[in-house]
Amino acid sequence: MINDKSIGRRLFHIVNYTVLMIISLLCILPFINLLAVSFSSSAAVSAGSVTFWPVEFTTKAYEFALSGGAFYSSLWVAIKRTLLGTFINLALIVLTAYPLSKSKQKLMGRNVYMGFFIVTMLFNGGLIPTYLVVVKMGLIDSIWSLILPGALPVFSMVILMNFIRGLPEEIEESAIIDGAGPVQVLFRILLPLLKPALATVGLFSIVAHWNSWFDGIIYMNNPANYPLQSYLQTLLQSFEQIMLKSGSDYTQLLSMMNARTGRAAQMFLGAIPILLVYPFLQKYFTKGLVLGSVKG
Amino acid sequence: MLRKLKQQSPYHLMLIPSLVLVFIFSYIPFYGLVIAFQKYNPGLGFNSPWVGWDNFSHVFSQPNFIRTIWNTLYMSIFKIIGGIIVPVIFALLLNEVVRSSIKRTFQTLVYIPNFLSWVIMAGIMLDILSADGIINSFLGVFGVEKISFLGTPSIFPWTMIVSDIWKGFGFGTVVYLAALTSIDPGLYEAAVIDGAKRWKQTLYITLPLLMPTIVLMTVLSLGNVLNAGFDQIYNLYSPVVYQTGDIIDTYVYRLGIQQAQYSIGTAVGLFKSIISTILMALSYFLAYRVAGYRIF
Repeated sequence: MINDKSIGRRLFHIVNYTVLMIISLLCILPFINLLAVSFSSSAAVSAGSVTFWPVEFTTKAYEFALSGGAFYSSLWVAIKRTLLGTFINLALIVLTAYPLSKSKQKLMGRNVYMGFFIVTMLFNGGLIPTYLVVVKMGLIDSIWSLILPGALPVFSMVILMNFIRGLPEEIEESAIIDGAGPVQVLFRILLPLLKPALATVGLFSIVAHWNSWFDGIIYMNNPANYPLQSYLQTLLQSFEQIMLKSGSDYTQLLSMMNARTGRAAQMFLGAIPILLVYPFLQKYFTKGLVLGSVKG
Repeated sequence: MLRKLKQQSPYHLMLIPSLVLVFIFSYIPFYGLVIAFQKYNPGLGFNSPWVGWDNFSHVFSQPNFIRTIWNTLYMSIFKIIGGIIVPVIFALLLNEVVRSSIKRTFQTLVYIPNFLSWVIMAGIMLDILSADGIINSFLGVFGVEKISFLGTPSIFPWTMIVSDIWKGFGFGTVVYLAALTSIDPGLYEAAVIDGAKRWKQTLYITLPLLMPTIVLMTVLSLGNVLNAGFDQIYNLYSPVVYQTGDIIDTYVYRLGIQQAQYSIGTAVGLFKSIISTILMALSYFLAYRVAGYRIF
C-alpha cells in the first residue's frame, strides 16, 4: 500500500493502535488477573487489592491443588481421556477417510457410506436418547463413555478425505503396480504424506477432549471419575463445600487461601495444556478451515 | 461383480469400526427419539406405551418453556450479529497496521480465549464480575455503583452476549484477515491515482471484496439460531435469572436429565433438532449458492 504521511494519517494510526491495544488487553488482562489472584494471599484477595500483580506472594493454592485429592485424580482422567480419545479419533478418521476418498467405481456403495456419516452431522438424536444408549451399553462411570460416542469426528474425517483426494493419484497407482494392497498403500505410502493434515485434525481432537466437561458430568455418577474440566465445573458452584469436606488437616491452609485463590489456581492449571499447544493451534486451525473446503 | 467386491473388500473392512460405532451412538439414538411420543418407562426402554403428541402439547402449554424459546432467539441473534460486526471491524483496523510483527501480536492475543473451555472462561468471569472483582472495582473509580452482572435478569443476557463475542471474535478476525490479505494491492493503487482517500478505499474496495466472506460466515451461523450457548449459560446462570437467561438446552437438561423426565425432554430436543436441521440444511444450501462454499 502507498505510504502517506499526512497529519490525518498519523492521527489515524495513533487512534487505531490505541483501540487495538485496548481490545487486545481486554482479551488478556482477565487471565493476568486470574494468575495474580492465584498467587496472592486470600486476605489480599478478599480486600480487593489484587489487580495484575500478586499481593503477598504465595504458592499455597497450587500446593494444595497438586497435593492430591480430587484435582489430581481428575487430571489423570483428563490426560488418559485425551490421549486415548485422540488416538481412537485419529485411527478411525484415517480408516474411514481413506476408503471414502475413492470414487464410487473403486468403492461400491461409496455414496451410501458417505451419506450414512454425513447425516449424523446434520441431525442427532439429542441429549436424552444418546444418554439412554450410553446407559444401556453399561458405560456409565467408564472412561469409554467419554470416548466412544464421539469416536469418529465426521467433520475431521471430511477434512482428511478432501486432503487425500488432493494428493496426486500417481503416488498410489505406482505403489499398486508394485504389488501393494490397500492396507500397505495406506500405512506405508499415504500415512507419511498425511502428517500435516493429521496434525490439524489431531489438534482438533486434543482440544475437544481436553475441554469437554458436560459428558463427564452426565456419564459419571461417581465424581472420582470426573475428567479435569468436569471437576472444575463443580468448583464453579461449590468450592467452599469441597474444601470443608477435605477434612480438618486443611484448616491451616484455609487461613492462607480462600475459595477465590484456590479456584483461580485450579482454573489456570486447567488452561495450561491449551496454552502450551496454542502456537500450533493458531497455525493449524485456520489451515484446517482451508483444507476442509472443496475448491470449485 | 463378486470378484470386484472381493477386490475391494479391504476398503469395506476398514470402514467397519466406524460404521458400528456411528450406528450405536448416532443411529440408535435416532430410533430412541420415539420416546418423545411415549411415556418412558425404564423397564420397557424404547418400547414404552405410546401417548401420541401428549408430551408436546404438555410442554407447549408451559409458560416456562415458551420463555426459553424467546430467550434463546434473543441471545443467539445478538450473538450472531455481534459475532460478525466485531471481528470485521477489528480485522479492518488490524489490516491498517503496517508492521506485520505487531499485527501478529494483536492477533495472537485476541485468539487465545477461543480455545479455552467455557468452564475456565466462566471461572474467570465469576471472578472478575463478582462484587469485589476487578470490573466492579474499576467502575467504582468512576463512582458507578456495584453491578451484579450475573444476578440481574435485565443485564444477564447482555453479559452472555458480550462475553460470547469476547471469547469468539478472535476466530472471525483470523478468517477476515485472511480474506483481506488476498485483496489485490493494485486495486488500491488504481484508486489512489483516481484520487480516492483511505475512507473511500475501504468503502468501495475493501468492504465489497470482503462481502463474500461476510455472507458466508453469516449464512453458516444460521444453523445456530437455536443454540444460544449451553456451555456458557449453564456455567453462569442461576435460578435468579431463569426468567431471561434460561434457554432451550438448559431447560432440556434440567427437565430431562436432572428430573429424569426423559420423554418430555426428548420431545423438546426433537422439536429443536428439526428446526435446527432445516436451518442448517438451508444455510449449507445458501452458502453454496451465494459463496460457492461446500464442505462435502
